[in-house]
Amino acid sequence: MAVKTLTIDGKPVSAEENETILQAATDAGIKIPTLCHLDGLSEVGACRLCITEVSGSNKLLPACVTKVAEGMEVKTNSERLQKYRLMILELLFAERNHVCAVCVANNHCDLQNLAAEHGMTHVRFAYQYPNVPVDASHDWFVMDHNRCILCTRCVRVCDEIEGAHTWDVMGRGTNSRVITDLNQPWGESETCTSCSKCVQVCPTGALSSKGKSVAEMEKRRDFLPYLVQQREGRP
Amino acid sequence: MPKQILIDPVTRIEGHSKITIQLDDAGEVQDAQFHVTQFRGFEKFCEGRPFSEMPALTGRTCGICPVSHLFASSKACDALLAVTIPPTAAKLRRIMNLAQLVQSHALSFFHHSSPDLLFGMDAQPEKRNILGVIELRPSLARDGIALRKFGQEIIALLGGRRIHPAWVVPGGVSDPLESKMRDEMLAAIPDALAIAERTLAWFKGILEQFRDEIRTFGNFPSMFMALVTDQAAGEKNAQLEHYDGKLRFVDASGNIVADGIQPEKYSDYIAESVESFTYLKSPYYKSLGYPDGIYRVGPLARLNVIDRCGTPLADREWTEFLALRRGVILSSFHQHYARLIEILYGIERIEQLLNEPDILDKNVRAIAKPSRFEGIGVAEAPRGTLMHHYKIDENGLITWVNMIIATGHNNLAMNQSVKQVAQHYVRGDKLQEGMLNRVEAVIRSYDPCLSCSTHALGKMPLHLQLLGAGGNVLDEVKR
Repeated sequence: MAVKTLTIDGKPVSAEENETILQAATDAGIKIPTLCHLDGLSEVGACRLCITEVSGSNKLLPACVTKVAEGMEVKTNSERLQKYRLMILELLFAERNHVCAVCVANNHCDLQNLAAEHGMTHVRFAYQYPNVPVDASHDWFVMDHNRCILCTRCVRVCDEIEGAHTWDVMGRGTNSRVITDLNQPWGESETCTSCSKCVQVCPTGALSSKGKSVAEMEKRRDFLPYLVQQREGRP
Repeated sequence: MPKQILIDPVTRIEGHSKITIQLDDAGEVQDAQFHVTQFRGFEKFCEGRPFSEMPALTGRTCGICPVSHLFASSKACDALLAVTIPPTAAKLRRIMNLAQLVQSHALSFFHHSSPDLLFGMDAQPEKRNILGVIELRPSLARDGIALRKFGQEIIALLGGRRIHPAWVVPGGVSDPLESKMRDEMLAAIPDALAIAERTLAWFKGILEQFRDEIRTFGNFPSMFMALVTDQAAGEKNAQLEHYDGKLRFVDASGNIVADGIQPEKYSDYIAESVESFTYLKSPYYKSLGYPDGIYRVGPLARLNVIDRCGTPLADREWTEFLALRRGVILSSFHQHYARLIEILYGIERIEQLLNEPDILDKNVRAIAKPSRFEGIGVAEAPRGTLMHHYKIDENGLITWVNMIIATGHNNLAMNQSVKQVAQHYVRGDKLQEGMLNRVEAVIRSYDPCLSCSTHALGKMPLHLQLLGAGGNVLDEVKR
């Protein structure tokens, strides 16, 4: 396999030709913020937090789905990128009803952590306050659309790792919702194996174990690299 | 020409309110009303949420007494789960509830009311505030701060933070008590007790100066309601109880009107009425109807309904307190006194509980799924009896909420108290600071929490207007 050489934040880096900028940066010890990305799942480039500046391109390119190229010059942390990342986070908060103080995932939330890391002190955009439901029909788990950021980690883990493909996305734009089976209550899903992988990979409190109180929902994701490793090379 | 005086807003209380005083042609007070002007809507927006979030959600009703809401709420959730929580969890919850009682009473007595007591009701407002207290009597201010800290530290040690701890959960508490923390709490007891005792001694010494206020501050016959310890029928040993127990009503002569009431049966005894002049509902004792079914809750009510406090120092003080009057103590001014006795009780009881052999037990949470569709939780908040009542669907999502807050129970009494004070002190059409302050002070004696009871936030400059019948401003005071 051919090796490409490029620079990331001025640092000379070499990577295999099929690697993404995100992989190359991670290997080189350069941290790019991510949200929809999770090691072990396929990439969708949904959240755009990993946007980078690549010389020769006017567009900002998401590191998770942009392949490395020979002679590429990548910037991961410019002022412009910081500005856009903060804006993305604020828009995520404005889109649904995120109230950290009373959330089951308080202190254990990827979205909250990113907001803190990016110095988000307030949201400059009008909150949408959508009236979205809570699906608590499953015996063990709760889906709260108020806290969903449509990263589709649940959809991917269910399809790619569990193989059940219970989760999917319906609707368009801000009306998009993750759904179980054919948009029926989760508790009535025929395909769900109740494995809880979706709950564990969910970055926020959107998916949680039933009965958890505020700040009690800690996610366990250590199973994912293990399962991926076990399946290496299998269909 | 009939006129109206408007005190808006009322200061040094928790929440937003105003008072209107109606004068007749002769300038005499005809009527007075206490208006709670804020609206919050907790009962509505909790609908659709998982029941397990309710303690944290309803705790946000208030930054002063989140802990009280945590207990009423978690008890209602325990009822939904149909579990008996582990005994150690119940004791730990009790400790936090008492710590809340101590810190909140300290806030009310020292921060809100001690300026009135130290400088007198007629003193200039520039002096008559907590900063004035710090200047004139730094030791008193320090004691207040220390006592509040005592309560807050216990809350923080147990729950991880002073305000809105997430430690109280349906089924018990999330974490057991560590021995190091227990020792830290026990070490703070002697200082706290000393403060409580010397403050009581100071207060008793100045009571004589407030004879007139004692006579006119909400001094009228009414019933009193509070939780007392559970006891067998015929026994006369009902003690102070802030976390569990049964409801008791006594009349103005101290006779027991209703006793041993299961808190879940509250709606058999209490109904709520709505008035157009306030967002605060007025609960009343059902069989006497509205508004004759007036009753009071809170520290004074608790000391009026019990047979004894249950701790040595508090019992001694309580006996002396009861000697103020035959029967029950009617003047709402004595809420201050009652608060100090309860602080003493709270500290003593915390010490007893911390010394219980099983207090460090690790089994502090019952895990269960909801087994009932309706749950009621009742506890004594610093201001009085607090009731949370929830209904859920088969998935555990909230479908209906009713919260009756301590300040609500006192609504009829606060209105009557304001009228009594206004009738005694307000004359003619010229507003005077002392008069105005007394009208507010009687409300302060109830330590109302309006943010809670209308389930808002705000800071309160005072605006008072004296209006003519046509709405013309005759006199105006702003501060």
